Parts: sequence; structure tokens; C-alpha cells
Amino acid sequence: MVQSPGPAVRSLSRRGLQLPSFRVRLAPALQALGRRKGRWYLSSPSHSEQPGAAAHLREEELRPAPEGTRAPLASATARGAHQPDNTAFTQQRLPAWQPLLSASITLPLFFCAGLAFIGLGLGLYYSSNGIKELGYDYTGNPGSGNCSLCGVADQDRAPPPSCPCAWYFSLSELFPGPVYLYYELTNFYQNNRRYGVSRDDAQLSGLPSALRHPANECAPYQRSPAGLPIAPCGAIANSLFNDTFSLWHQRLPGGPYVEVPLDRTGIAWWTDYHVKFHNPPLVNGSLALAFQGTARPPNWPRPVYLLSPDPNNTGFVNQDFVVWMRTAALPWFRKLYARIRQGNYSAGLPRGAYRLNITYNYPVRAFGGHKRIILSSISWMGGKNPFLGIAYLVVGSLCILTGFVMLVVYIRYQDQSDEADDQE
Amino acid sequence: MTEPLQWARYHWQRLMGGPARDGDERRYSYSTLLACGGKPSQTPRLAGRHRVVVPHLQPFKEEYEKFSGTYVNNRIRTTKYTLLNFVPRNLFEQFHRAANLYFLFLVVLNWVPLVEAFQKEITMLPLVVVLTIIAIKDGLEDYRKYKIDKQINNLVTKVYSRKEKKYLDQCWKDVTVGDFIRLSCNEVIPADMVLLFSTDPDGICHIETSGLDGESNLKQRQVVRGYAEQDSELDPEKFFSRIECESPNNDLSRFRGFLEHSNKERVGLGKENLLLRGCTIRNTEAVVGIVVYAGHETKAMLNNSGPRYKRSKLERRANTDVLWCVLLLVIMCLTGALGHGIWLSRYGNIPFFNIPEPNGHVISPVLAGFYMFWTMIILLQVLIPISLYVSIEVVKLGQIYFIQSDVDFYNEKMDSTIQCRALNITEDLGQIQYLFSDKTGTLTENKMVFRRCSVAGFDYCHEENAKRLESYQEAASEDEDFAGTPSGSLSHVAKPRAPSGRTLQSGPLGGKPSKHLAGSWSALGGGEGAGEGPRCRQAAFSSPMETDVLPDTRLLDKFSQITPQLFAPLDETLPNPPPETWYIIDFFIALAICNTVVVSAPNQPRQKIRLSSLSGMPIKSLEEIKNLFQRLSVRRSSSPSLASGKEPSPGVQNAFVSKLSLFSRTKLASPVEEAVSRTADSPQGSGSSAGPTEKEKQNGDAGITSGKADSLPGQPVTSSLCYEAESPDEAALVYAARAYQCTLQSRTPEQVMVDFAALGPLTFQLLHILPFDSVRKRMSVVVRHPLSNQVVVYTKGADSVIMELLSVASADGASLEKQQMVIREKTQKHLDDYAKRGLRTLCIAKKVMSDTEYEEWLRNHFLAETSIDNREELLLESARRLENKLTLLGATGIEDRLQEGVPESIDALHKAGIKIWMLTGDKQETAVNIAYACKLLEPDDKLFILNTQSKDACEMLMGTILKELQKKNPAFPKQASLSKDLYQPSAPQGSGLRAGLVITGKTLEFALQESLQRQFLELTACCQAVVCCRATPLQKSEVVKLVRNHLRVMTLAIGDGANDVSMIQVADIGIGISGQEGMQAVMASDFAVSQFKHLSKLLLVHGHWCYTRLSNMILYFFYKNVAYVNLLFWYQFFCGFSGTSMTDYWVLIFFNLLFTSAPPVIYGVLEKDVSSETLMLLPELYRSGQESEAYLPLTFWITLLDAFYQSLVCFFVPYYTYRGSDIDIFTFGNPLNTAALFIILLHLVIESKSLTWIHVMVIVGSILSYFIFALAFGAMCITCNPPSNPYWIMQEHLLDPVFYLVCVLTTCIALLPRFVYRVLQGSLFPSPVLRAKHFDRLTPEARTEALKKWRGAGQLGQAASERAVHAAARPEGGSTCGPSAVFAMTPSACSIEQGNLFVLETALDSDCSETKT
Repeated sequence: MVQSPGPAVRSLSRRGLQLPSFRVRLAPALQALGRRKGRWYLSSPSHSEQPGAAAHLREEELRPAPEGTRAPLASATARGAHQPDNTAFTQQRLPAWQPLLSASITLPLFFCAGLAFIGLGLGLYYSSNGIKELGYDYTGNPGSGNCSLCGVADQDRAPPPSCPCAWYFSLSELFPGPVYLYYELTNFYQNNRRYGVSRDDAQLSGLPSALRHPANECAPYQRSPAGLPIAPCGAIANSLFNDTFSLWHQRLPGGPYVEVPLDRTGIAWWTDYHVKFHNPPLVNGSLALAFQGTARPPNWPRPVYLLSPDPNNTGFVNQDFVVWMRTAALPWFRKLYARIRQGNYSAGLPRGAYRLNITYNYPVRAFGGHKRIILSSISWMGGKNPFLGIAYLVVGSLCILTGFVMLVVYIRYQDQSDEADDQE
Repeated sequence: MTEPLQWARYHWQRLMGGPARDGDERRYSYSTLLACGGKPSQTPRLAGRHRVVVPHLQPFKEEYEKFSGTYVNNRIRTTKYTLLNFVPRNLFEQFHRAANLYFLFLVVLNWVPLVEAFQKEITMLPLVVVLTIIAIKDGLEDYRKYKIDKQINNLVTKVYSRKEKKYLDQCWKDVTVGDFIRLSCNEVIPADMVLLFSTDPDGICHIETSGLDGESNLKQRQVVRGYAEQDSELDPEKFFSRIECESPNNDLSRFRGFLEHSNKERVGLGKENLLLRGCTIRNTEAVVGIVVYAGHETKAMLNNSGPRYKRSKLERRANTDVLWCVLLLVIMCLTGALGHGIWLSRYGNIPFFNIPEPNGHVISPVLAGFYMFWTMIILLQVLIPISLYVSIEVVKLGQIYFIQSDVDFYNEKMDSTIQCRALNITEDLGQIQYLFSDKTGTLTENKMVFRRCSVAGFDYCHEENAKRLESYQEAASEDEDFAGTPSGSLSHVAKPRAPSGRTLQSGPLGGKPSKHLAGSWSALGGGEGAGEGPRCRQAAFSSPMETDVLPDTRLLDKFSQITPQLFAPLDETLPNPPPETWYIIDFFIALAICNTVVVSAPNQPRQKIRLSSLSGMPIKSLEEIKNLFQRLSVRRSSSPSLASGKEPSPGVQNAFVSKLSLFSRTKLASPVEEAVSRTADSPQGSGSSAGPTEKEKQNGDAGITSGKADSLPGQPVTSSLCYEAESPDEAALVYAARAYQCTLQSRTPEQVMVDFAALGPLTFQLLHILPFDSVRKRMSVVVRHPLSNQVVVYTKGADSVIMELLSVASADGASLEKQQMVIREKTQKHLDDYAKRGLRTLCIAKKVMSDTEYEEWLRNHFLAETSIDNREELLLESARRLENKLTLLGATGIEDRLQEGVPESIDALHKAGIKIWMLTGDKQETAVNIAYACKLLEPDDKLFILNTQSKDACEMLMGTILKELQKKNPAFPKQASLSKDLYQPSAPQGSGLRAGLVITGKTLEFALQESLQRQFLELTACCQAVVCCRATPLQKSEVVKLVRNHLRVMTLAIGDGANDVSMIQVADIGIGISGQEGMQAVMASDFAVSQFKHLSKLLLVHGHWCYTRLSNMILYFFYKNVAYVNLLFWYQFFCGFSGTSMTDYWVLIFFNLLFTSAPPVIYGVLEKDVSSETLMLLPELYRSGQESEAYLPLTFWITLLDAFYQSLVCFFVPYYTYRGSDIDIFTFGNPLNTAALFIILLHLVIESKSLTWIHVMVIVGSILSYFIFALAFGAMCITCNPPSNPYWIMQEHLLDPVFYLVCVLTTCIALLPRFVYRVLQGSLFPSPVLRAKHFDRLTPEARTEALKKWRGAGQLGQAASERAVHAAARPEGGSTCGPSAVFAMTPSACSIEQGNLFVLETALDSDCSETKT
């Protein structure tokens, strides 16, 4: 995009007056560098003066410079001013690693990678297999246990009535701990964009102003019909999962059910609970007063400060709430409900019959969703998922296979090139 | 006619080419193009309105302010922006581009709440970044222009000051209309002004307009009528006239106006009175003019147009693929919209996660789908790579930086390296299929070197000279700046900075046909010798190589026999000296005087020496009167009409001036002369040569200390003469003569003084000059010989012509006649020999006329000269009458030296599959000679010459040639070669014969006509090389256009002169050779190199690199964007097509903008698939670029498929890993993103053919920046970025082994197919480039070996001989000239010097034909 300068410049430059503009330089710094180097090259022997040159210079001095050619001679003497810099970089001779991909070189790579993958895959597979999982779909589809009544019952009213039901199961052996209790929802699109944005993080972090003025994203759960700000606002909060569970253990057949202690603290991310979510500053030491002037989300049976009697677990920092607010990535998701790690159950769930009491509140059948309750042990790789292990095994095998193909290619290719050599 | 078309095309291109940058939207410079074609450019803004110019002086103050107030001053500003308007204007300019508009549209779209996908501000970020980068670039460019403007504005000129009453230095910018300006010789004219005074006695001033229109000849400008007669310099104070002229317009060839004196008398003004800004005063001591147009209103500025806007082929290709991407985007968005609609319809009224509107209603699925479409467009916008355009620009800048940094392009002599003037077509260098080259100055050095001569049948080889020349070549030390080492002891020392090679447009070695002789040739198009001649070489002074000639010893011996005693008895009755001596004397006198060379004084290099000027000179002495008479007699005799007292009107004068050569001009009388001439009547009034010589002594202008009688051998007297010739070969002859002590001392229109060795100074009366023209192909001078006092005609011309004009029956008796015959025979033999060596041959002949004969001829001649009707024919006829019955004196062989490395370069380019056409204004013989010399044509090529006078004949001839070609070559596919067979252009010839085509300008005209175009192209497709000779600049561009448009090929035009400008502009890539002939070609070019040989590296190495790099980078960009965006797309299937992104917006934006932007750029700049050495060694590799192998449509789709595959893997591996777990959106997105980053970067590593520490640094830096950003953002952003909140996610993940496992697995699976493909490709079916890459690893010896293998068995290695390789490299197999012939040729070819190949080649040729039969 060098603009052609006026004709005057053209003729000037033709006469030797080099205008810098005709050259495009990337960075002035580089240019300066080049210049310096260029001068350095002046001393190179290739520029040694010719015998006659000096004489001519003298002659030139004697003669008066013709008018109008003031500058041209300068360019003749300042030789090398435009000489490019001769470095490995500018001459594109930087030492380079030039991988020539061919079968022979990559052979070991494929085998090594294959073996490593298979090893990893085996490890993953077995550790995944070691994880025990026990689940129960309590959606309440007709004919699927005692929750079906609740499932049917929930249809008419909103909010639906609380409906108790239970899941009975027995363990023939120890369910190794620590045992995590999840609830699982399917076909629930927490990742729907309009749903996902319908929250106000500022409000949840306890900012008083945000409490009074929820973000517009929360609409239509921004303000109650009365005009009060909803706290917590937004669709996510409004749709808080509100089934509750309790686990009972019958140690001896026919014996009494003992409630298994569920640890409901620490189920949310530590950072969420401690950093992101805060209750608004207490007013006179009361959380309820802090929330005064706000409305509860329409679907909630009680205001947010009554979520739990535990003052550390109520309001915005209620663990269930915090977990819920971390919206799931996929429409089929589970969320941690509780951990079982206390008392006798720290090593796991011992043998015996169990009863899981469910308070059925949450309607899912309308959108074809399912609710499951899951007991799962856990390993270093999280929950049970054989996919990763299998995938590693498959890829590892593929690598080995490819390695063999490469071997064949290598041998054949060798032959070919030998033949080619022979021909010559 | 072309103009509206051009306009339309340009605007269409601009419209279509929106995405690409067209920063400098200045007018397409067709004006230059047309100016070169000699046609008037745009219709000037016409009259009606005109301007009045009054002197900018005290008496006119009021009037001045009234009129001139509105005229702009001479300050120019070519910048587009000012500090104030930069931001708005630049934004305005930038939003002219479609791509930017698209992104602006997206930004706006995001502000619509219904479809908002991201946070509003975030979407603006990429656009803002891109705009900023481009704005910075534009700003810097503009600043550079500003600096140039400032430099020009601050040039100093002499302006008359009304206060000081004298001329004072002033800056150009302060010059205003009405100022009086005084300029000296060689000064640049600061503004358009009307010439009011010239020191030239005839009121003439020479200007050089090459800076303006490219014509390098001096143009004459005439002082306004009425002012020419002034004796003293014009006094501005006494200038009371006013000028009225037309409004400023850009028509260089027109100026209308009149000058109104205070007495209301009007004098017309024409373009011959106008000095144009930017031109240079030449040959005139000083001029004074009054400014009429200044600054931007000058014709020069109105004609000034910015660089041409070109778009590279690759970019066009990429643009279509961008459109495909748009289509893809639309499809994806439609899918999203449809999906969302369907998904929504399933959930009807589920307020849980289907959020109702604030008013409680749920929008209908259809409407939601519609909104979703737009949301998706915002979400998936990255599919259209906004960063692509910025990256392409950056990459091209980087490529240009490296091209300019290449030391191989550095020319020490000129301290210049390659200039890249077009910044956006570097990659086109790698795709050139047709190369159109100028000859003179491009292929040849345009240094005419006297090589050999033959006098009286004896050949003088000038071996010493040849040796000297060789050593020049080897040492390559001919430094023009320090030219002129006193070398030959005998020769006069050449003035170091002698601008001898100066060509005047009107008449090269003849020179160009004067307009009236070749009407069809436009002034500029005067391609004849002039086109080929050096246009202006004020920068390049004649090198000693040209000016020094070492005399041949044998000839010198013979010279020593010449003594004044020989001539003591001047009567011819005593033929004492051997006739050969006479021949020699005459030969060298002819060399010295039969030309139009101007002798210059060294310290005023651009001024011709005029020993005497008539006008205004008081006649002092008798001698002078005598002298005057003598001169006037010449004039009188040459223009009887004038003598008869008819005062020619100025108009006629002007016509004469333009028509007659420079020298005939001075024959025109000024009134003073006229008065004297009437009294003078005796034609040969003063036969003695003493008078003029005397006068010389007295009036001798500066510089000539006059080398007269005392010029003894070995004593360099006048180191101070330099010759300005219209064509360099004329100068070469004069220099050659000087080497033999036959020095042209001075030349006036009336007489020529030659200092002849032993004879002392001889003054020839110049009776007449018949200038060169292309029809006669010769020129003659008629002189009166000072010794014999006879009228002698010396003729110099093409051998074919002269030989026919030789006297058949000499009057001097049988012996002499016999001698002539012998001489003729021998000379003819020598001529043939010279021609075979590629020398330009000229014959020198003479004729002695009796006075009566001469007078008779003169009478007829003047009749012809003065006739109005068919003047041309009459003049021609008259010349024929004079130039007959000649006596052959001898012949000369001049070498038009090929530039260093030209044959090798052409050879390499041929091998690279580039078809090379030579387009030259030169004559056929020369063109063909050079074509052979530079290996454009091979000795065993079958040469077809198309030279017909009519269209039908042309058609027939072409048909015949085609038929013959097809007959000899039955396999030759009739049509296929047009565009399909480019891959192996030599294949059709390989089986049969290689053909070369020579076509002359006239025939070309027919061939370029619509009806014959096809046949012509077909024919050229069968030919190895095409030589167009006698082509006008316009034809050159038409040829290029024809080939480019009809064959759809990439063309490159290279040239050095203004006559190449049109072709340079038309071609896809125009390359100017700098330093040889002014800047015109360079200014029009896209790249400017200093020598032709640089072309091979520029194309083969840099072109290849640039093309591969950029195409790979573009493909990679598409891949990158598609792969990344598809992750989002796949996610839509799992979020109800609701437009959720599983990645934090900032990461999403930065992913393209920061994390993955630098590596492709580095890749695009530094990628090196094959080393430059190998690329130069194997020009065949260039073909991959011609074929666009790196970027075929298929490649694009494969790349896209791969992108789809990789994105699928990248999405679904994490998906299946995390499915059903408690993963949240952004935690899910994190491994996806991380894996994508690794995949994308490692993909680049796989694709890279070479990795330097810079690559490693950048890639590692990208990865680090990603993690650092993610960590920092995750640590600090607690509630900052609602609703997406990456808080602590990366930190969590870095502690999670599954994260690593997923990333590794995803990356491996995604890259496995491509990796395996590359490995298999490397092993099983390596491309030539890949195979060549192995070369880089070999030792030099092994490389030679490998090269042999590469080229196939049984052929010579490259190292043995370039020539041999070329011969051998012709298609394997069917070459009729077997290897044996090649071998036979090689050693001998190596042993003899270049240019002497001819004999051998013909021998070889016959061998071949024998083997054939």
C-alpha cells in the first residue's frame, strides 16, 4: 500500500535520492538493527576499494556539483544502507526441527502410545468397575412402586403437594464408603440459555443493592406481582429441587429402622459456599430482617431464610441451594444430596435392609423427566463411568493396530525404495 | 472506451472485494496506462470555466487577489487523514468492507434483547480489536505519506520576490499561482507554469517528463511567442500581461489558453508552452516561467493515482470459501432454529426451565425458533473468521519483511534491494503460469558493448576487449558509481559519469520512426528502437564497460600506417595508400559521425555542447562571418523555401520542431539568421576547416578544453567528453571509434568535428542527416569531407538493407569492383558469424557524390520535405535516392549484454513450468537473437515466424503452423493445452518438437482481434516460447490481458521501462526492474527488483513459500474456526438448541483472539516446507503452486471434514465421560476448551514442516497464556461475568486426574487420523515437495546424487553444467535429441564463452534432424 508520491518525488528518487517511503519495514527497530548490521558489512572485503575509485572521488570533489543534483551522490557513498541484515532469522535459516513423518519414525511412537493407553485404560476400567452404584427411579410412573401415587398426584396443583413415598432396598454386602447420595434428573434442561441466565450472582453474593434490585435477567422472576424483589430471583432459584430424602437402616431383619446420618454440609463446592454465595448482611442479627422487603420465589413454599434451621445453612448459603444453582451441563444430570460418612457408616453402608424415605415435591413428569435417587461409592476418578476406561482401551488398541500397519508399510516401502534403487 | 469499463470493474471489485482491505481507495490509475498508450486519458473537464492568472506582483495586487485567491497553492497533501478526522474517517473507510460490516451487524444484533447470546460488550471486542489493528496500520501508512509530502513541500525553488526584486529560495509549498519561478538545468519543476524565458537562443527548453508519463525523451517546450525574441532575461517587473487558461485538468497532452498583453493583444498558449510539475529541466541553462497551476491542481497531481488494488488469487479462493462458511453457518443456525422450535414445542408450558416472557406468556415455538436463528448467528459467528483477514494482513506483512530482507536480492551496485510495493499479493508469486518479459533492460543490461568489427573484409576480433569484458563479468565489479577508470592507455579516458547511454525518444540508432513515417505508432508506442532503448538513465551512468574499448592490435597496426603524409597529396589521382587504409579511415569516420550523438561537457552533464549559437550574437570578425555563411549555407541549401524568404509561421515551426529531429530543428532560422541568410548565397562559401576550428577556440563552451591537434596516442587529453546518444549502440560505436583515436569532439547542427589520430582534427560540414527509421532501417549523414572536399554519404544500417543497396557496378573500374565483391562476401560471412553470436550487427557504407549529384538530390529532397501531401512517402523516396550505390566499408558487432544470470533464471523458470513470453519493441532479429542467447529458445527449437501484412494471411499462416505442429506431433491434444495441460507444458512438445513462435507487432494486431484470438492462443499453447517483437506498449498489455483472461492463468509481467507500464499494470503481478530506466515501471509495479535473475528466487523460493504458507494458514484458519465453533454447535443438541455456550464468553472470545491467533500467524510467516536451496535446485517444485495444490477446493472440504471430525471427538469424549454426572456447564466446557486448544495447536505442529524455537515459543506461550488466563480469571472473577462464571473451575480441574485423562484422550483421538494420514503420505505417496524435503538433510554430495535420481537415470547432474541440465531436463523419454547430443554439446558449450554457442547449436541441430530421420 505504498502510495505513489508525487511525480516530483519519483524523479527525485530516480536520481538517487532514496526516499525511505519506498520500502516497507515492519518495525523501525528491526530496520535500525539492519542498518547497523549493514554498516558493519561495509568493512567486509567485498567492498574493498577499487584502485580507480579514489581517483574518481577526488575528481568528483574538484568538480562543482551540478545544480539540482544535491543529494544523489550521498547514496553512492552511504553504501549498504539498504543492505538487508544477514542473520539466520531474516534469511529464514533458523535452525529448525523438520519432522519428516514416515512410518519408520512413527512406528515406536504408535506402539508406545498404544501400550500406554491400554495400560491406562485397564486401570481406569477396573477402578470404574470397583465403584458401586445403586439407584432408584422414583419418578412415579404408574406401576413403578409406591412413588407412582405421588407421581400421579402432583399433576394438578402448583406447587404440588408434598407426598411421601419410600424406596426399600437391601444390601447383601458392605457398600464401601464413602457413600454419596445423589438425586438424578433427566430431561431437565438446566442448560437452557434463558434458564441459565436467569439468576443474579450479585444478589447471591449478598450485595444488598442487588437484593433490592435483582438483575433484569431474572425476569419474569425478578419481582413478585406485588412489586417486591424476589430473593433469590430468577428461574434457577425458582425451580429449586425440593424433594427430601432420609435413609433408614434396618440392621436386623424385622428390627427397627435406624436413621443413617446424612451429611448435608460440604456438598457444594467449597468456593461456592465460602466465596460466591453470601447472605446479605444481617439486620439486627437477624437474617429474616435482612430479607425483609423481598418476596420468595413463586414456587417456593417458604422464604429463603427458612430453608434450613441451621443458621450456617440457610439463606443463600444453603448447601442444597448452592448445589442447585451450579447449573448442570447436560439435561441428564445428578446432584449431590448428601454424604454418608458419619458414625457407623463412615466405612460404608453395612449389610442389611434399607428404606429411603422420599418427600415427593418436585414435578418432573410434565416434561417427561425422571427422578432417581442414587447411592454411589466414589474413587479417585469420581463416579462410576466405564466410558473413559473403554475409550482408552480402544484407542490403545487402535494405536497398536496402526503400529502394525505402519510396520507393514515400513517393510513394503523399504522394498519399494530398494527396488527403485536397484533400477538405477 | 476502456475507461468506463475499468471504472465499472474497479467498483465491482471493490464491491465484491469488500472483505479484503482496500485501504487506499484511490483512483485506479488507468490514466497512466492510457497515457502510455498514447491516448488521451479522461475527457478533460471542459472549458466554460477557466482561470485567469495574473502575476503575483505589486501592480496587480488587487487583481491578483480577485482572481488567484481561490487557487490552491503548491502545498500538496496526499494523506487521507488528518489528526482530527482520523478516527471517524478511518472507521468510515473500514466499514466499507463487507467483513467488518458483518461483524458490526453481529454487534448490533447482540443488542437486540430477544436474540442476545452474549453479553453485549463482549461481542464488540473482536471487532474493536480488528478495527484498532487496521486503524493503526492505516495511520502508520498515512504518516509515511505525510512525511513524503512534507519532504516535497519543503523542496526549495527560486521564486521571484516582489519585495526584494530578485529570485529568492522558497519552499515548494509557498509557491502560488502567478509566481515567477526561475529554474536552472536539472531542477525539478515545482508547479505547472507557462514558459516565458529560456536561455536557449531559440526560446526552447527541454524537459524530461519521465516522472510523469514515462516518456524519457526530452520534450521541447517553447517560450511563449513574443517572448522568445528577448535578448535578456525576462524581468517580471515588466510583465504586465495576464494569462487565461482552462481550468485544471488531468490531460497531460493539452493546454489551452492565451496570454493577454496590456495592449489587449492576445498570444495563444499551447501545451508546448507549459512546463509540468514533476518534470526536470534539461539541456537548458535556465528558464523562467509563471505558475498557472499549483499543488493539487497541477496536471501531475491530477494524474497521480494511488497504487493499483489487486487481489490475490488465493484470497479470491479464500473468499469463496468464506461464502461456503457463511452457508454452513446459515445451515447450522437453521438447524438450531428448527431444533429449538421443536424442542420448545415439546415442553409447551413448563415454567421450570422454559422461562416465560416477563409478561407471563410463553413465546410460540415458531417465533422462538426465529429468534434462535439470530442468536445462533451470534453464537456461531466465529465460523466466519474475523481474525482471518487481520491474520492474512499480518502474515503478508511478515512475508514481505522476509522478502525484503533477503540478501540475495541485494544489489550492491545500486545499494538497492527488492521493493514490495503491493502488500497483498505475495502469494501470487507462487502461482505464476505465464511470464511476460520485456527485453531491453530486463533481460539485457541494455549496455551496448562494442565487440567486433569487420573492415574491408577483415575481421577484427577485439580479443583483448573480449577478455576485458569477461573479467568485468567475473569480477562483477563494474561499479557504475565509480565508473570510468582510466584504462586503455590509448583510449581517451571516459568521463566517469558520462550519461552516454541517453536515449532520445525520437530516434534511436536509429531510433524511433518519426511520427509521420509510422503513423500507427503512437508517440509513446514508438517501440521501435526507442521502446527498447534505455529510457532515461540519469541514474545509471555509462559504465566503463561500455565506454572503454580495448582496440584490436591488428587494427591498431594498420592504424599506425595512417600518417598525415598519406593525405598530403589531397588529390585522388595518387592512390598511394593501400585501399584498406582508406576503408579503415572511412569506417571509423563513419562510426564517429554517422549518428546523432550529442557531445556533452562533463561538468554540465546534461547540456549539450553548442559551440556556437547564432542568435543575439554580435558578429565580430570576418572569420565568424565566414563561419556564419558556411553554416547558413547549409541551412539554406537544406531549406530553400526559407531561403526564398518565406517566413514560416510559428505554427509551422512547431510542426517542424516536432517532426524533425533534434538537429534538424536548429536549422530553422531565427529572424536574425534569416536576414543574413538572404545575403548569403554561396553554398560552399568557406571550404576550409580552419574557420570553424578557430571559432571553436573562441566560443568553445565550458568544458571543452578542446582536444585538437595535440591528441597524441597514449596521452589522454580529453577525459571530459561524454556522449549522449539516442540509443546506446550508437554511443557504443562512437566509443569504439574513440578507442581508435577517432574521437568525436563536437557536433553542431552544421558541423561535426572529429579528432582523428594522426590526421588531427577534422571538421565535417554536416550537410544533411537522414534519421533512422524503421522502414529504411538505416540512417545516413551527408557531409563534406574536409580532406577531399567531396560530398560523402555515410550510411549505417541493418545488414540486410545495406547489402541490397551496395553498388553493383562501381565506376572505379574492375579491380575496385572486384575488391568490393570480395569485401561484400567476406563481410557477409562475418555478419553471419556475429549474428550467430547474438551480436547486433550493423553495416557501414559510404558513397561519394559529386556536387551536382548532391544538389540535384537536395532539390528533390526539399520538395519532399516541404510537400504537404504524402510527405512521408516522398521523404522515403528521397532517402532511397540518396542511399544507393553504396560502398561497403565494414560491419560492426555490438553486444547487447544479457544481464547476469538471465539464461539460468529463464531456464529455471521454464523448468518450473512457467511459460515465458518476450514482448519487446525491438526488431525481430535482435529479439530472436536475444531469445536464443537467454535460452528462451533452444537451438533445436522449431521457430515459426508470424509476420504478415493482413489479417487473412495471418489467419492462414497460423492455421498452417498449427497443422504442421499437429502433424509433427500427432499426440498433441488440440484443445487440452489451453488450460489443462499446464502441469506439463512441455509435455506436448516433448514427444515431438519444441516450437518457438515469433510474432511481429503488426501481425500481433491481427492476432489480437476477436476472431483470431482463439487460434492464436492455441498456437502459443503449443509453443515453448513466444517472442513478440515490435510490440507497442498497448499491445503488450493487450497480450497480457488476452492470456490472462482467456486462459485464466496467473500472469506476471516484468519490465523496466515506461513502455512496460501498461503491461505491468495489467498482469496479475507486475514487476519493475529498478535502477535501469527511471522509476516509471517501478512506480507501477507490485514488486521492484534490480535484476532479472532475482526473479527466479523471488518466484521459486519466496513465491513458493508465500503461497504454501498463506494457503496453509488460511486452511488452518478455516479448520480452527470450524473445529472450535462446532463444539458449541454440538452442545446445542444437549441444551435444547437454546444458544447456551458451555464456555465462558471471555474465554470464547479470547480463544480466537489470543490463544490461537499467534501460532497460525507464525506458521504463515515462518513455515518452510522446503529449504530455499532445494527449491532453487528443483524448480519443478514450483508447479505445486501453479496447480494450487496446497489449496484446492477439495482440500478445503477435507479440511472442513477433519474439523468436523475433530470437533465431534472433542465434544463427545468429554460428553460421554461426564454424562450423567454432576458436572456443571462451565466445568463441562473447560476440558472441552482445553482439549480443543491442544488439538488445534498440535494440529498445527503436525502440519508444520519445520519448527524453530519461535514456533515452540509461540505455541508454548499460547498454551501458557490460556492456562494463566483461565486460572487468573477463575480466581478473580467471582461475580464479574454473569451468568457464566468460571470461578475456580480451572483450579478444580487442575487437581482432577480425570481432566487430564479426558484431555489426553480427546487430543489423541482427534489428531490420530490426520497424523496417520501424514505418516502414510510420508511413506507411501510423498508429494514432490515432501520428497524434496529429504534433500535438505543430505550432504552436498549426497544431494547431487539424489538430484540425479530425481531427474531420472542417465543424465548429467546439475553441478556439471546448468546448460546440460536444461537440455537434459526436458521431458524424459521421447526427446529426439538423445542424450548423446546433449553430451556432445555440453563440454564445448562450457568451454566457449556465452553467446558463441551458435555454431555448435546449429551443428547440433543438424545432428538432431539426422537422428530424427
